[in-house]
Order: sequence, then C-alpha cells, then structure tokens
Amino acid sequence: MKKGHIIGIGIIAVAILIIISSIGDASTYESFSTAKALAVKGDSKAIHVVGELKKDAYGRVVGLQVEEDKTSFIFTMVDNDGIEQQVYYNEPVPADFVRTEQIVVIGSFKSEEMFVADKILMKCPSKYQETEVQSAGM
Amino acid sequence: MINTFVGNLGHFAVVLAFVSAILTAYAYYRFSIASELEKPSWQKFSRTVFYVHALSSVTIAFALFEIIYNHRFEYFYAYSHSSKALPVHYMISSFWEGQEGAFILWIFWNMVLGLILIRTNKAWEGPVMIVFALVQAFLVSMILGVVIGDLKIGSSPFMLLRDVSNAPIFQINPDFVPADGTGLNPLLQNIWMVIHPPTLFLGYASTLVPFAFLMAGLATKKYSEWIRPALPWAIFSAMILGMGIIMGAYWAYVTLNFGGYWNWDPVENAVYVPWLILVASIHTMITFKKSSTALKTSIVLVISTFILVLYATFLVRSGVLGDASVHSFTDLGLSGQLLIYMLFFLFAAVFLAAKSWKHIPTSEREASVYSREFWIFIGATTLALMAFQVILPTSIPVFNAIVEMFGGISNMAPPADQVGFYTKFQLWFAVILALLTAVGQFFWWNKMDGKTLKEALTVPYIITILLTAIIIVLAKVYDIRFMVIVLAGVFTIVANSTILIKILRKSSFKLAGGSLAHIGLGMILIGIMFSSGYSEVISTNLSGLTYKREWEDDLNKQNVLLWVNKPTQMKDYDVVYRGRHKKVVGVPGYVRVNKLQTTDDVNVAIALEDISAKGKVYHQKGDKVNLVLEENSYFEIEYYQDDEYKFTLFPMSQPNPTMGLISSPDSKRFLSKDLYTHISAINDYEDPEWKEDEWYEISPGEQVFISDFVTNFEGGEVITEVEGFELEEGDIAVKAKLIVLDNDIRKPLEPIFLIRGSQVGRIPVIDNDLGVKVTLENILPEENKFVFKVNRYQKDYVVMKAMVKPHINILWAGTIIMLFGFSVAIYRRYDEFSKMRDKGLE
Repeated sequence: MKKGHIIGIGIIAVAILIIISSIGDASTYESFSTAKALAVKGDSKAIHVVGELKKDAYGRVVGLQVEEDKTSFIFTMVDNDGIEQQVYYNEPVPADFVRTEQIVVIGSFKSEEMFVADKILMKCPSKYQETEVQSAGM
Repeated sequence: MINTFVGNLGHFAVVLAFVSAILTAYAYYRFSIASELEKPSWQKFSRTVFYVHALSSVTIAFALFEIIYNHRFEYFYAYSHSSKALPVHYMISSFWEGQEGAFILWIFWNMVLGLILIRTNKAWEGPVMIVFALVQAFLVSMILGVVIGDLKIGSSPFMLLRDVSNAPIFQINPDFVPADGTGLNPLLQNIWMVIHPPTLFLGYASTLVPFAFLMAGLATKKYSEWIRPALPWAIFSAMILGMGIIMGAYWAYVTLNFGGYWNWDPVENAVYVPWLILVASIHTMITFKKSSTALKTSIVLVISTFILVLYATFLVRSGVLGDASVHSFTDLGLSGQLLIYMLFFLFAAVFLAAKSWKHIPTSEREASVYSREFWIFIGATTLALMAFQVILPTSIPVFNAIVEMFGGISNMAPPADQVGFYTKFQLWFAVILALLTAVGQFFWWNKMDGKTLKEALTVPYIITILLTAIIIVLAKVYDIRFMVIVLAGVFTIVANSTILIKILRKSSFKLAGGSLAHIGLGMILIGIMFSSGYSEVISTNLSGLTYKREWEDDLNKQNVLLWVNKPTQMKDYDVVYRGRHKKVVGVPGYVRVNKLQTTDDVNVAIALEDISAKGKVYHQKGDKVNLVLEENSYFEIEYYQDDEYKFTLFPMSQPNPTMGLISSPDSKRFLSKDLYTHISAINDYEDPEWKEDEWYEISPGEQVFISDFVTNFEGGEVITEVEGFELEEGDIAVKAKLIVLDNDIRKPLEPIFLIRGSQVGRIPVIDNDLGVKVTLENILPEENKFVFKVNRYQKDYVVMKAMVKPHINILWAGTIIMLFGFSVAIYRRYDEFSKMRDKGLE
C-alpha cells in the first residue's frame, strides 16, 4: 500500500468521525411531551422546544415568577401542540421578554414538573415587519 | 416635501451599473478573442464601459448616503436604519445596517479591485475582467428592485416609505414624511461597527481576485501561470478577511453581551470557513511555486474559497438560518437570486476545471515524508477538515429546508451547546496545525532527512519544554488538555522564532512573513486557551441562598443583584453600585443623571448643577447641554479589594423599545487579564408606580426611618428664592432639610412648602436612586412639627455579571503579529509578480 492511500484512508476516517459526531451532537426540535418521554428514558440531552408564552384573555403574560434576587425566573410556556409547561431560566428576565411572539427554549427536564432552559431564543416583532409609522410631527 | 430626485438618481445609477456590468463582460470577451489589430480599440471600449460602471457604483453609494445624511425619512432605508440623533460616524454604520447597503459596499470594493487590476495587469486584463464584470452584474441585480409580474429581482434601497408601508396615514396624506427615523440598532452604535463591515466586505470582495485569475488561466489554457498574480491577492484576501473576523470578534467582545469574542454562531462560522480554505489554498499555491506539485489541489481550494464566500452570503442573507442565529438578516426575498448566483459560479468553475483537468500538469513523484510538500499537504488537509467540521452542523437548517422541500419532515437542530461542540474538534485540529507549522518550517528552509531533522529540532524542543514547564507552573495550568495546548503553542513560537532569527541573519526580512504568521498562530492558541479555558464568572452569588430546588443543584447563579450604595461581596472583590450616568458632549468621563433634567428635544438636557470634571467647570447650572445618545445610561460600579478602593467601571445599558435591554460591557484591563462587567437587568424607574402614602410627623432634630433609611430631620428654613417659581410679595416658602443615610451615603432631601394667601403649594422631592418621593404636606408651628408624606417605589438596582478573562492580550497580540506576517508575505509575492510582469513575461 502506498503512503498516499494510508493518508487518504486517514482523511476519510476523520471525515466520518466528524459526520457521526455532528449527527450525534445535533439537537432536535421536540414538543414538551416527547421531551418528557426522553427525560423519563434517562436521556438528558438538551433539546429545542418552540412555543409561546401563556397569555390570558387580554393578551397579558401569565405565570411569570421572578426570584427575589432577580437573577432567575420561572415562566409558563405553551408549545406548538398546546401543552403547558413551567420553564426555569437561570438568568435575569430579558427586558423584551413579555413582548416576544415566539420563543425557543433549549434545555431539558430536570424534574417531573420543571423544564430547565440553558438558553432562550426570542422572536420579537421585527422592525422589518413594522408597518405602523409614528404619525407624530406631521 | 418629498424629495424624489435623489432616489431616482440612485435607482437610475443601479440600472446603469447593471447594464454596464453586462456590457463590460461582453466587451472584454470581444477583446479577448479579437485579433491583434482590433485589440486596442476593444480594450479602450471595454475600459470605458467599466469606468461608466465604476462611476455609477459610486453614484449609488453617494445617493444612499445623501438620503441618510440629510434625514430624508420619506425613504424607507433612512426611516428604518437611521434617526436624527445619530452622529455622522454612526450614519456610516446606518449605511450598511441593511442588506442593500451591504451589497452596495461589496459592489464598491469589487469595482475598486477591478480598477486596480486594470492598472496592474497586462496579459490578464481581458479574461479576468470578464469574471469581474459577471460577478458585478449578479451583485447589482440584488439591489435592482425590478418587478416583472410576480418575479421580484433585487431589493432596491431607494424605495419610498409610502410604497413599502401600508400605514393608513399614506392614504390620507401621500406626502407625509415621518419626523424621525426608527434609528440604528444600538449594538451597531460602536466605532468597530464603522470599520468592521468595510473590512469584511473587502475581504469577501478580494477572494474574487484569485478566483478570477484561476478562471482566466483555465479558459486561456495557462494552467499554472495564474498562480503568480493570484498568490499576492490570495494572501491579501486572507489578511483582510482575517482582520475583518478579528474586528468582528473584538466588537463582540467589547459590545455584545455573549460574554466572549467568539460564539460559534452560524454567522461567525460562515466567514471562518472560507478563511480556513483560503489559508489552505495559499499554502498549496506556495508549494506549487517551489516544486510544481499540488496544482490540482490549489485549483480545488481556490474555487472552494470563492464558492464558500457565496454560500456564506446565502446562509446569512436568505433567512434560512431563522432561529439558529442571533444575528442573521431577515429574508428580503433574495434567496432564489442568491442561490442562482452561487450555483452559476459553482457550475461555471466546475465546468472549466473539469474540461481542462487532464491538461493540468501533475507531478508523478510520491512525496517523501521528509519533503516539505508532504507536510504542507497534511497542513492543508487539516485546515480543510477543520472547515468541514464547522460547515456541516452550520448547514443543518439548509438540510432541513431541503428535506422539507421534498415533503419530508426533519427535526434536526444545531448542537445545543455550540461552544462546547465546536471547541472539542477545532482545538485539537489547531494543536495539530501548530505542531505542523513548527516542523514544516524546518522542512521549508532546509533539505531534511531523519538525522538533520533531529539535530535541527533538538534545541527548539528543549527550549519549548523548559518554557512550557515554566508557564504551567506559574500560571497553574493543571488540566492535561490545556498543558498540551500550551506545549503546542510554545513549540510553534519557539521553532518559528528560530527560523525567523536565521532568516534575519542570512537573508532579507521580506522572507519572514511565514514564520511571523505562524508565531502569531501560536500566540493566538495560547491566548484562546487562557482567556476561554480559564475564563471565570466572579459574580457568583455569595449571599447564601436559604434553599435550593432540586433542579438548581448544578446551576450556578452567574449574576448578582446590586442595590444602590450597598456593598456586595463577589469572589475577589466587593462591589458597590453608585447610580446612573450619561455622557455629555465635550465633557470627559460621565455625568450623574441627577445633575441633568431631560427636555423634549432629542439629546438635549438642562444642567441642574454645575458640571465639572477634573477640576474644570464645563457647564454652568441652567445651561443646555448636549447628550451623547440619551438612551444610553452608564452604571457606575465601584470595585473594592480588602476595603480599599480599586477602580470604577461604567457598563452601558439602553432600554430599547424594539429590542429590549441592550447592554454593552465595560472592562478593566490589566496586562495579564481583563475584568469584564456586564449589566443583565435594570430597574425601570421612568414611570414608577408609587406605593400608598405613609405619614410622618416629626420635630427638628428627630430621627426616623423613612422607607427603611435612617433619616435625620435637621429642621426647616424660610427661603426667599424657589427654583422655577416666581415668589411674590407676601409669599412664604419653607424648605425642610432631611438627611437620608444610605450605607456610606448622606443624601439631603429638601421638599418645599409654599403659602400664598389662603392657598398652599407643595414641591416634593423625588430620589430615583432611593426610590422615594417626599412631600412636605403641612407645618404645625404650635407643636413644632412638620408633616411629611412619603411614597416608596423601589431602591435603584442593577443585576450584573462579572467575568475574568486571563491573558486575553496574548490573543490580540498574536492576531496583530499574524496580520503583520501576512503583510510581509504580500509584499514579497507582489514583488515577484511585478518583476515578472515588467520583464514582459506576464
């Protein structure tokens, strides 16, 4: 076997390793029920859940509890299947949090009742979609 | 009044630029195939058309900037990307905040590069400029803004707001012009955002040059000659792109709240990957110049670089990343166009390369392990694998999009812990690279066999071991992984320094580019290892939480709550939050908010006290002062160590109506580390909800607790002047003097009570820091008592995070050395090319 072949096999081996690890470490989008099922099976890998904040009839966010030292909070989220879930986030409440239209939480169930988010992505009313023009100063 | 002239001029220039780009390509094509007799006239014509293109590109940029500079908010671009409060240098950032502006920037750079190539090349001009003109045509089409039926080509930056918005106001009054724009994203209000995008886009634009030379070489059957003119440009491109990446990283470090310079965000990855491949291509091109091997590899790598730049643009700008990135652009409906742009050049390049593949000279010789070609090849392969490892997961959203296009469902998401995931591969690849550069440089400069290699490496090896041991002991690096990184980094630095010294002694400095760049790499590696590996959050909460819930066991509180004036203990420091400040134009440092009264005018305030700094009075009481971006507040955080005052930081925060709380950290820079302080949450006291009234009846000299503060009532005093109020004959004004003690602060609060005839007036005091409002309600002279009404809100506070980043300066120094090495190499390679050209060989 020539040296070139050995190197070639080596490169392919590393590339395959990379592909396997990418697939293995890739997270998935789940609903709260499938996420809970995973957690029950003992799979504690962080997953993505997409949903909205729970709101009352007047469109106000309900179920937001901020810790006394303001460095963490718990909120209620409704996923795309309509399942409600309490989520804990170990950071102060982001300032535009209650205005978010869609929310993606990345994390896992740490107990039966509590989903702990490691990271939160928020989709806020984008300025590109903003059609309301301030009419002041006409 | 709506000004439509500038917009029409801009739009006309866009159309002209598009047409002239296509015409340039055609003219240069005719020039390339014309007979010697006709060549001069075709050349003259082609150049003239390109100059027209250049002029119209400049006009586009001018028109857009005119719209922003003159606050023409009738235009959508100015309305949505700028505002009146912006200083001129941030208007420049507004220019490229939107995608259209970014494309204009790209067009502009390509145009400049095209002009330079026309001036510096002889034989290559024709075919190279065809590629240039085609790329320009594609880029200009992105801002064309032409709608044919349902087909929209490009998104024009010269749209009027009334044509974009369907706000009802335009039905009533089509000539309505908004008074102010919605402003520039506050994160981009930073000096690095003024220079980072132009640098990055020059980097993007310059990757076209080697690609164009390659295409020209393949089309004109100069299968290997293209390397000489392409090489200096490839190095230039790598340097500029590298500089752009570093500036972006530095910007993220000083302004963003991610707490680091690199976050493995898809947008960052999209630039990092082409850069890696570009660097690999430089190495194989240099090998080819030395020993006529690796030509095919070079061709593949140069094509990949250019296509990856287009792929990066597609990822970032097509909206496909969606949720996956914190800072990708929204879809402007250009994804189809971007895809065509990328695929066109991909297929054209693959076609040309495949057609000439069998004519491309290869070397039959099997590279020996003791040859430099072997080591360079392994290095280039490592770089390519690094790129592959990053681009694969970054493309997961693209993969999902493709699956969904064929009706499937894919729920793959990018790795949840991006930093951990990428680092675990990239770090070890980087270690391999560092080792390869160390060994490779010896092969590069000397003929080697097993014995000479051993001799050459012995001294650097011993020095490396000694240095590594010293660093490990002094810096307490006890993690085996980090030890390996230090070893690899030091080995690169030592080995390349050895070579550098040899070069400087024996030959000229212009050969030193490679070893300098590699020394930079070693330093970057060590800098990253310390600043990221030993980065430590020091704002862990030491308040002693009374209970913890089960899921909190493995979570560390990374933020601390600081009440104003109350010392709070963090790891090595005690910190005190002292209140909010603003920046005032012309005054060094910061000015306390309680010294300023806001007005209805943007960025204008009235001084409530004399404003002085460093013993000099800048503004008198009552002066109107100009604020630097009044939305920005600076929070004064004092740091103490062993009860001794050390320093003060002023992290910035801005409650933004569209984006929430925007914070920029402030860092204390030590030679060996940075202490990074960042605001995570603030008290919103703009419109406080006062709690119910509390009543106090107290005599002068008495002490009471007002809203939990020890308060001394020093007494009342009749005054003859009341600020903002004209006293008449017979009026009585009484001021009560309360001293509130808050930790080490003594704060005087002086509410006023007025009597005119049978009417009374009360001027309360509001203290936002303490969160109290005190009103002198009544005076009972017979009992010698004063009646106060107190309303509470909340003491001011901030929630902040503090981090230590050790030895980050090694990282920055390493990048500067690396960029300097690139510059030296550019000079050398361009010198080689121009000598050959002047001999008439190119």
